[in-house]
Amino acid sequence: MTARDWLLTDTPGSRRQASFGHWYRNWLAFRGNPLAMVGFAIVLALILIAVLAPVLPLQSPTLQSLSTRLQPPGAGHWFGTDELGRDILSRVAWGARITLTIVIMVVVIVVPIGLLIGTISGYIGGAVDVVLMRVTDIFLAFPRLILALAFVAAIKPGLESAIIAIALTSWPPYARIARAETITVRNADFVKAARLQGASPFRIIWHYVVPLCTASVIVRMTLDMAGIILTAAGLGFLGLGAQPPTPEWGAMISTGRDYLLDQWWVATIPGIAIFVVSLGFNLLGDGLRDVLDPKRS
Amino acid sequence: MSAPILDVENLRVTFPTYQGFVDVVRGVSFSLGRERLGIVGESGSGKSLTGRSIMRLVPSPGRVSADRLSFVGMDLLKVPEKEMPKIRGKRISMVLQDPKFSLNPVMTVGQQIEEAFRLHVARDRALARAKSIEALKAVKIRDPEAVYHLYPHQLSGGMGQRVMIAMMLIPEPQLLIADEPTSALDVTVQLQVLAILDDLVRERGMSLILISHDLGMVSAFCDRVMIMYAGKVVETVKASELHQVQHPYAKGLLASSPRLGDDRPELPVLQRDASWAR
Amino acid sequence: MTAPMIEIDGLGISFGKGARRLNAVRDVSLSIAEGEAFGLVGESGSGKSTVLNAVAGLIGDYSGTIRIGGAVVSLSRSHAQRRLIQMVFQDPYGSLHPRHTVDKILSEPARIHGLTNVEKRVERALADVGLKPEHRFRFPHQLSGGQRQRVAIARAIVLEPRVLLLDEPTSALDVSVQAEVLNLLRRLRRERGFTTIMVSHNLAVVSYMCGRLAVMNRGRILETLASADLAAGRFDHAYTRQLFRASSGYDRELLQDLWEEA
Repeated sequence: MTARDWLLTDTPGSRRQASFGHWYRNWLAFRGNPLAMVGFAIVLALILIAVLAPVLPLQSPTLQSLSTRLQPPGAGHWFGTDELGRDILSRVAWGARITLTIVIMVVVIVVPIGLLIGTISGYIGGAVDVVLMRVTDIFLAFPRLILALAFVAAIKPGLESAIIAIALTSWPPYARIARAETITVRNADFVKAARLQGASPFRIIWHYVVPLCTASVIVRMTLDMAGIILTAAGLGFLGLGAQPPTPEWGAMISTGRDYLLDQWWVATIPGIAIFVVSLGFNLLGDGLRDVLDPKRS
Repeated sequence: MSAPILDVENLRVTFPTYQGFVDVVRGVSFSLGRERLGIVGESGSGKSLTGRSIMRLVPSPGRVSADRLSFVGMDLLKVPEKEMPKIRGKRISMVLQDPKFSLNPVMTVGQQIEEAFRLHVARDRALARAKSIEALKAVKIRDPEAVYHLYPHQLSGGMGQRVMIAMMLIPEPQLLIADEPTSALDVTVQLQVLAILDDLVRERGMSLILISHDLGMVSAFCDRVMIMYAGKVVETVKASELHQVQHPYAKGLLASSPRLGDDRPELPVLQRDASWAR
Repeated sequence: MTAPMIEIDGLGISFGKGARRLNAVRDVSLSIAEGEAFGLVGESGSGKSTVLNAVAGLIGDYSGTIRIGGAVVSLSRSHAQRRLIQMVFQDPYGSLHPRHTVDKILSEPARIHGLTNVEKRVERALADVGLKPEHRFRFPHQLSGGQRQRVAIARAIVLEPRVLLLDEPTSALDVSVQAEVLNLLRRLRRERGFTTIMVSHNLAVVSYMCGRLAVMNRGRILETLASADLAAGRFDHAYTRQLFRASSGYDRELLQDLWEEA
């Protein structure tokens, strides 16, 4: 029996095999979508570069060399150098770490909060629902970048503040999605059966409702990544995100702007990095939606 | 017997799967005159797809092929798709199981029936309205003027199904395909809906194909019953001679449903034989 | 005679408020002995499922009292009270969690109640409903309708309840599969002595499965009678007669009466 047969069997012999088989089927469906695979490859590359940046044969991203400043892309510096003679390739690679940190941190904060508020609101309903959803509305009413700006301006600019600011403005849609999904399953027979068995509301939410919300939330999350990256870059551009000399992509564009006409690569290369990674996450999200969306027949 | 309304020979419906192509309907042949034909079978027997392929409504990626699929002499498989609306809904109509999903929720009942009339018969508004009211009367709706202005969610199940039938009958089709038209309804309402279909068949000389899983209901209502299993017709009998069926599957189906006053200690369970599906 | 297992007294349930208030159940009283198989028959909107949900503990907002095993119960019940009574739902597609394997579905009740021997209980429940060990790690979408309903029955009996509530357990199934499930339910009842209440619109099924039944219409019980009497045509109420005749097949004569009444 090949591994494929073991995974695709309709008669799995253990819990592990059943769940592996489930994921393998999803993977097969996902693999059939070429654009999604492109997105997946980009995201995988981002992760690899971010993880491997310290061991790659790169210059230090902060090593200044005023004698070789503003070099065009060439053999010595594939992506050229910036106004302080730092290697842009190295800075972009190290910048991937920052971008990935921001994205992961935001997701780690936002998804649990969104899921928690959304499922509780949807499952319990009544006054709890009204209160939680009005709070959500308040956060939803602020333009994202402006709230983040105000928040960062109020505390000190920096990477942590940027993460908190972005998280603060991005959880409401997750709460909304989780609530909508919860309401559709709240009165399902399998939830009634769980109530009959004496399952606590917490158990019902965690074991029955959350697994059905995660698909939508994951899809939304990957589609949101581009927005998060852009907001982070925006904050960096305005000098409110990561502080120099940290090689943050947005901040790199901001400094490169002064040389845009004569030394285009200083601003353009990190711009392309932002574009490619955002696109990658969007393609991945679209592909995941096709595979995971519970509403597909 | 006069020339058949519908003549089907060796009808096949094929769907692609991970394991290759699977025939869901496998060589069904029958011909239909001015009569009420019942198609009975379990879920997955291909009975609904048989009905749908006559309407050319098999969902993609399913594929339909047949040696012959002719409707009053017309080859349905050769009619170009853009000509189909002149047949589908006009000369052949279909009533589905749940009116909740077949009626447009944001249009009143009257508007929908009128639309059917103006699409298929004549564009005259006043005439359309008069005809719609008449159609509602024909399906024994008590206060057609009032029902005309209701939205589908305001109707009960039986009323909704009657409205559906009224709408389907507006263009006076020659053939009506009813796919489980009553299985979502209460028994007494079921009878009412069946009676309406019955009257229409008698009065208008329409042919009817009734697709259902309920052997008892079909045999009491239809002239002829075709029993399907695994995509094939296993037996066709006169409804009045249903108790004389020969095929073990049909016999098993008859025996396995409990009857009023049933004192068998255990219901006989259908023992499926692989040879039936061959 | 033993004390009744289930006693319903003056049950009234309504939904909505003001002008839109709907009295789904009105003044329903029933007494069902231990080990008895009781049927509730009626058409949609008759309130039969609502009564069942109230007995199960899914609806709490009612007037009147419900006693199970002698004790008055309400919406909030102890684990012991929950174990006493379990339910099988109508739609085998909606009553199993789509992302849970059969194993998870069957071990949940035991985990909730903190029971030991979860593995043994799951294996036993599977065997009891005629499913094989190979079905254990499948997802519901890998099972047929009849197998799903067996899983739902297994889930209900894992906790070894004394009362089993059956809400149209076979109406979504093909007749041949219906026979298998009805046989299974009868066997389980014989072996374990469950008290059952079965709700159905199908007179033949109810009278086959139950010794006694109540006919409901518009929230009220019209009459309570033995299944044998129903089969023999011994009933008092005109509505029962209508149902009886409608279940006997397509009948033009009856229609005439129905139209006149409508």
